[in-house]
Amino acid sequence: MKKDIILSGVGGQGILSIAAIIGFAALERNLFVKQSEVHGMSQRGGAVQSHLRISDKEIASDLIPYGEADLIISVEPMESLRYLPFLSIDGWIITNTTPFINIPNYPDLESLVTKINSYKNVIAFNAEEIAKNIKAPKTSNVVILGAASPFLEVPYENLKGGIKTLFGRKGDDIVTMNINALYAGIEESKKYSIKPSS
Amino acid sequence: MKKLLLLGAEAIAQGAIDGGISGIYAYPGTPSTEITEYVQNSKIAAERKIHSKWSANEKTAMESALGMSYAGKRAMVCMKHVGLNVAADPFINSAITGVNGGLIITVADDPSMHSSQNEQDSRYFGKFALIPILEPANQQEAYDMARDGFELSEKYKSPVLIRITTRLSHSRYGVVVKETRAQNNNSLPDDSKQFVLLPAIARKRYKILLENQSNFLEEAENSIFNKYFEGNDKSLGIIACGIAHNYLMENYPDRNCPHPIVKIGQYPLPKNLINKVYNECNEILILEDGYPFIEEMIKGFFDTGKVINGRLNGTLPRDGELNPTIVAKALGIETKEGLPIPEIVANRPPELCNGCSHRDVYEALNEAMKSFGEKRVFSDIGCYTLGALPPYNAINSCVDMGASITMAKGAADAGLTPSVAVIGDSTFTHSGITGLLDAVNENSPITVIISDNSAVAMTGGQQSSATGRLKEICIGIGVEPEHVRVLTPVPKYHYEMVDVMKEELSYNGVSVIIAERECIQTASKKKKEKSKE
Repeated sequence: MKKDIILSGVGGQGILSIAAIIGFAALERNLFVKQSEVHGMSQRGGAVQSHLRISDKEIASDLIPYGEADLIISVEPMESLRYLPFLSIDGWIITNTTPFINIPNYPDLESLVTKINSYKNVIAFNAEEIAKNIKAPKTSNVVILGAASPFLEVPYENLKGGIKTLFGRKGDDIVTMNINALYAGIEESKKYSIKPSS
Repeated sequence: MKKLLLLGAEAIAQGAIDGGISGIYAYPGTPSTEITEYVQNSKIAAERKIHSKWSANEKTAMESALGMSYAGKRAMVCMKHVGLNVAADPFINSAITGVNGGLIITVADDPSMHSSQNEQDSRYFGKFALIPILEPANQQEAYDMARDGFELSEKYKSPVLIRITTRLSHSRYGVVVKETRAQNNNSLPDDSKQFVLLPAIARKRYKILLENQSNFLEEAENSIFNKYFEGNDKSLGIIACGIAHNYLMENYPDRNCPHPIVKIGQYPLPKNLINKVYNECNEILILEDGYPFIEEMIKGFFDTGKVINGRLNGTLPRDGELNPTIVAKALGIETKEGLPIPEIVANRPPELCNGCSHRDVYEALNEAMKSFGEKRVFSDIGCYTLGALPPYNAINSCVDMGASITMAKGAADAGLTPSVAVIGDSTFTHSGITGLLDAVNENSPITVIISDNSAVAMTGGQQSSATGRLKEICIGIGVEPEHVRVLTPVPKYHYEMVDVMKEELSYNGVSVIIAERECIQTASKKKKEKSKE
């Protein structure tokens, strides 16, 4: 088993929390995890990405080779397309459609979403709205993780465990909110006919 | 067997703790910051009373670490690659003095310049200082090298350099940790003159360093971090160092590379292994993240030997970070290609946060400068360097820590008046104070704006070394008190700020404007922590 995942978003949007939850979950399954992330200047509102690799064998490279990622998990629509050179032909894009607009030349949202949906394997939805509906604000990143979780080959129980490990010290309310967000994302993914690439 | 999921930077920190350090010294700098932060947050480090407070700059950090070594204890000093330029004087000389307690200098290079102004390769510095260099390929080696490097350092009474890169520093993997070694007791150097580099003594010390070169080579030739892997296809031999080895192995998931491989993790270059691969193979491919350091050595000036493939003959790009795809191409292995980035995707460069005080400073400065001429604002290194980009386009230089003030002075000497410097509070205490003294001594017509957000903000809001004392420092080194102005950069004081800036720009001498408002990131972090209490 091997999953190569690109996580993308804008500095401060919580992609490292997604990475940490998947990472903890994979460790619970005794899998190998290698995760490379961006620190420093780009964290100030710039485009950020993380390469997350999980496998049942030792992992060599800290970076995913071009064209070999199984998934792009993005918490921001435009950022979901920035790392397409890494995605494999059968790979999936799972992305939030709520834009983070901090540049003057941000593209027209409708054209952007149309572009995203023009790719072969896409799950794109408004995760912010779902987070609001389940009264779990600021968990849209975990909603997106939920929608991506059918592809991860890591049981949901372990992802729940990852959420508990990551948010445990913030209190039970935060943990519950994030678990609800995870399941809301899983529900959303059921609307799509998913054939995870093996 | 305890396994932790650690960033490369954290693995070095845990290795240093388990190697028995009594102190870690550093100034924050991406990609090295997390090493010191890990020690600052470590329970066992607190129990062991390991010193981990930030230093004013890399030079003071290096010297403090050398002082701790003098007193017999183990110390680590960490910095980003350009930080070693700042610390170069004590670094090179520490090789001549030698050490007492073990001393490791960890330097994090930044190939591809993710967060830096150049991609210099610190292995040249290690060679320059004539000391052993360790270069981990992965997080486990980072831990092992930091932990065991102190033994190597104490064996030869020499400092040791650990060189990592951004990618390893900021990538996580499982690390098996070992038992924590005891800290050293205090002990004074056996030779009371060892650290006195008067010429007569320095000549003797230098000879000791030169004599040690053969020992360092022997250590490298027997090092567990340098390995020879046999391969049947001798049309090509591969030398891969540090993280480049990971990119190589990524291309052989079953670890079945047909070519002989020399994996390098310790320098000086092990002659035995290099000779073996060179003699056995028809051609050589050299994979190194950074400059073509090994490649230049093996190619030699006349390049009359076997074909050496690497960054110099175009097999690999001359600059930038390596990755598995680049390495695959160099090996003639078929690579996959994803889809191109569609045109609709716009660039999203980093930007100053909403509500950041630097924004208010630039709003006011741009307006004040209108009547004083353009292209005369020298700046420095920090979040405020983003003022070079739209919408502000407010600054005209960013070279090295502290250069804003001294470049403004030099430009003023050349007749560009007024010249302006924009510098952050932490950059000012890092390397700006001495430059300001130069300007005071000649009463140069410059205006220095210290955009004081009371934090080392760019690297994550670490404590700035003279918060609340900048005015006294400026007056103390001789800036006239009536020309040290303190402002609060908020939109409602915009016109007041513009007026003060214009007044000081018109003054024919040194003036300092301290625009003081805390970084909104650290302020909101503090607020959150307070509400928890």
